[in-house]
Amino acid sequence: MISVTGREMSVSQWALRSLRLDSVLLVLLSILLLLGLAVLFSASGESVLAVERQIMRIGLGVAAMLLVAQVSMHTLRAISPWLFAAGILLLLAVMFVGDVGKGAQRWLDLGFMRFQPSEIMKLAVPMMVAWYLSQRHGCPRIRDLLITVTLILVPVYLIMQQPDLGTSMLVGAAGFMVIFLAGLGWRWFLGLGVVVAAAIPILWSQMLDYQRQRVLTLFNPESDPLGAGYHIIQSKIAIGSGGLYGKGWLNGTQSQLDFLPERSTDFIFAVYAEEFGFIGVALLLLLYFAIVARGLWIAALAQDRYARLLGGSISLTFAVYMVVNIGMVTGLLPVVGVPLPLVSYGGTSLVTLMVAFGILMSIASQKRLVNR
Amino acid sequence: MAERDAYGEEQQDRERFVVRILLALVVLLAIVLALGWRLSGLQVGAHSHFTTLSENNRLRVEPIAPTRGVIRDRNGVLLAGNRASYQLEVTVEQVRDLDSLLARLRGYVELSEADVERFRRGVRQRRPFQPVLLKAGLDDETVARIAVSRHELPGVEIEARPQRFYPQGSTLSHAVGYVGRINQQDLQRIDRRAYAGTTHIGKSGVERFYEDLLHGRPGYRQVEVNAQGRVIRELSVTPPQPGTDLTLTLDVNLQQAAYRALAGQDGAIVALDPNNGEVLALVSAPGFDPGAFVHGISQADFAAVRDDPRRPLFNRALTGQYPPGSTIKPLVALAALDEGVTTAEREMFARGYFQLPGHERRYRDWRREGHGRVDMSRAIAVSSDVYFYDLAHTMGIDRMVPILGAFGLGQRVGIDSTGERPGILPSRDWKRATHDQVWFPGETLITAIGQGYMLSTPLQMADFTAALATRGQRYQPHLLRAMDNGSGEPEYPLPVARDPVTVDEKHWDSIHDSLIEAVHARHGTAWGSVGSTRPAYTIAGKTGTSQVFSLGEDEEYDEDELARRLWDHALFVGYAPAEDPRIAVAVLVEHGGSGGRVAAPVARQVMDAYLLDDAGMTINVPEDE
Repeated sequence: MISVTGREMSVSQWALRSLRLDSVLLVLLSILLLLGLAVLFSASGESVLAVERQIMRIGLGVAAMLLVAQVSMHTLRAISPWLFAAGILLLLAVMFVGDVGKGAQRWLDLGFMRFQPSEIMKLAVPMMVAWYLSQRHGCPRIRDLLITVTLILVPVYLIMQQPDLGTSMLVGAAGFMVIFLAGLGWRWFLGLGVVVAAAIPILWSQMLDYQRQRVLTLFNPESDPLGAGYHIIQSKIAIGSGGLYGKGWLNGTQSQLDFLPERSTDFIFAVYAEEFGFIGVALLLLLYFAIVARGLWIAALAQDRYARLLGGSISLTFAVYMVVNIGMVTGLLPVVGVPLPLVSYGGTSLVTLMVAFGILMSIASQKRLVNR
Repeated sequence: MAERDAYGEEQQDRERFVVRILLALVVLLAIVLALGWRLSGLQVGAHSHFTTLSENNRLRVEPIAPTRGVIRDRNGVLLAGNRASYQLEVTVEQVRDLDSLLARLRGYVELSEADVERFRRGVRQRRPFQPVLLKAGLDDETVARIAVSRHELPGVEIEARPQRFYPQGSTLSHAVGYVGRINQQDLQRIDRRAYAGTTHIGKSGVERFYEDLLHGRPGYRQVEVNAQGRVIRELSVTPPQPGTDLTLTLDVNLQQAAYRALAGQDGAIVALDPNNGEVLALVSAPGFDPGAFVHGISQADFAAVRDDPRRPLFNRALTGQYPPGSTIKPLVALAALDEGVTTAEREMFARGYFQLPGHERRYRDWRREGHGRVDMSRAIAVSSDVYFYDLAHTMGIDRMVPILGAFGLGQRVGIDSTGERPGILPSRDWKRATHDQVWFPGETLITAIGQGYMLSTPLQMADFTAALATRGQRYQPHLLRAMDNGSGEPEYPLPVARDPVTVDEKHWDSIHDSLIEAVHARHGTAWGSVGSTRPAYTIAGKTGTSQVFSLGEDEEYDEDELARRLWDHALFVGYAPAEDPRIAVAVLVEHGGSGGRVAAPVARQVMDAYLLDDAGMTINVPEDE
């Protein structure tokens, strides 16, 4: 027991507090990350190498989270416009000098590492919108709406051009979450809905063939069982054959025998569902829901509008990740290339998410500091 | 005041925010529940459906071809066996550029158009990672050269697979038959499941007749495969049931002796054991190389064999139908005796021709000057045509046909092989049915000397000769002596007795004696070539010289003036030892000329090979069975 402020606290409480970490969120995230490693080990065909790499990324992500957690909300708010501006510049850079990987221009080669600027925008856009709206009180007005929507759509458009439908959608969602949480009037949402509905045909005409194919395949995967529909068919077989209790860890035939494509990345949920069954799936959904709820709880208790809006947006965007990925793997949504948050194999998205949770941690500790 | 307003506004903001968050939480909860509902539908509701799909994905049943039963002769000598044959196979998944690979392979092995075409068909029909046959029957040198360059030829494999081979070659090609690749016609007559994994099937002879026994039953192995079709592990195996090994009644030594005895002439030899119907030798010459058909014969090679004027693919012993000529005279004599038309002792003066009462036409004897006074025995021995014209005329066709039929003429013998034909036993009914004409008396005369419409296969001739040897006991000629399906003792099918020819014993004696006279008496037709050489045992036999084309009434048959293809067929039927017959032989030499001069010595050599030991002196004592 250490006495710091006259109140008794355990060493771990002290450590958490001095590192500005939220214990509940930390426990929930740890469970999810460890579970993710177990599923990845199975999905990668028991590849120790893949697990080691993922552990390194998690380490990098945790380090980033710890680092960001130490940054005060004041500082974060102050750098928001600059981060946003830098992000836009980088997106433009990608457009002209980016590397082509898997048929899309998303990467920027920095010499020592390749880097995906669209990831920055996942945070920079809600930060920017929150920054803007935090300077005004009350419900956003039409002028606010026009400005924020522009702030959102410019990066969304740039990312769509790469083309990366999944990320642009998530970036857009993160921005609109802020507007929603800021208390945008319902009629505006109605109007926005109409605009979106009107935009669908325009969007459709802007889409590339493979993107359209993904949407079409969604409605009838069996029409192209060996092509675009193959992913969804095999994924549904994996999930369905898992049953109530699952085939057991490392025993999923769909996953272990290569029938399931992209099984360590976008379709890792199907591996999990095959091996752990509906019971495992229900627990995973519960875990995700708990993380989102805890994030919203932290946001609700935040001291200023910027922190509130940003924390709420981060939590809800995380939920969107999860819903879109599971929806796509179960054949409810088109295959848009959104990973299962904190579980899918892959670096950038994991680090970005951990940075986001670092922000939430910072918000949580700011609350405590002010309370005290 | 402004501060207070700001605080109030901040308070309002916070409340509005909390309302929005609660709203968001409710929506999220609804969405999560919807996802859960969807997942329970997949995992609980449709679980069995998806389990089936998943099992279909990963499980595959692969056939294991059974080993074909081998065929041996009566002494255990291998006639048809299986040996490893090296074949070139390509796993297409491991080849980057198929055309350039084929081009490179041509540097190692000759690839015909047919090979490449078959290969490409196989490529289209294969399953993933299933190797496709490119070339079968590689020789050792090619195997070695390709093996050395394996690293330059990814996806190319040399596989040793069991392949049929026939160590006796063309000597037994017609008796044993051969296997060949399963073709479209075969697919229509077989149960495809039973041939899953099998590439070859019996095409002719014993190989085809006993296909069901020889083939066996395929086994299966259930394997787990990955998405690429590669086998990951074996889950269960049902071993194949190998085909039944067959032992034939044939004696390879006798078969070879018979083949040699024909000395390159076209013809057929059938040797039977008259006491049980076992076929001891079944020769059709020339033969062909049955092995050529196993690997898939090329178009050019097949055309060469098919169009060979000597017709090596034609099974003369079973499919060939020839006028039996004088060889049926003993049967006609027996019919006359049985019908009481004549007696063995009755004599007549045989001139050089015969005329039907009131007709001008002369039916000529083969001997221009006739044979003088002959009784039945001498008439058979000298093969007097006129004696039998007279007998036939007295008896009439209707009383002649039943006994000829009882000896099996005009019906398939029913041997356990393929391609057998029934020959023709002409009669009034037959002629009305086939020619829509009435029977003329003159046709009765030439039928009695085995000419005219009458046709018979060498097998039928051997069959009726065996019945003469056993005095009417008729056994079903057969090639199968024993079956061994690996489950202990081989199984010996019992000889099948057929309806006997029942004739008074003294009539059999007469015929029997006359057949000995034909060989061993100075006036016998086989005296010059056989009897005079004093064989170590008694032979009962009958020569025959059957006309290929008809001579005019006044024309002379002169071998020197006729093309070989118009020469008479030389025939001899006989059995030995006459007192206790152990072998019955029918010999046909196509366009050989005189039966006595050409066919009888061939039969003698066959009998020698069977009855004499290596010293050529004593008769082998039959083993007790």
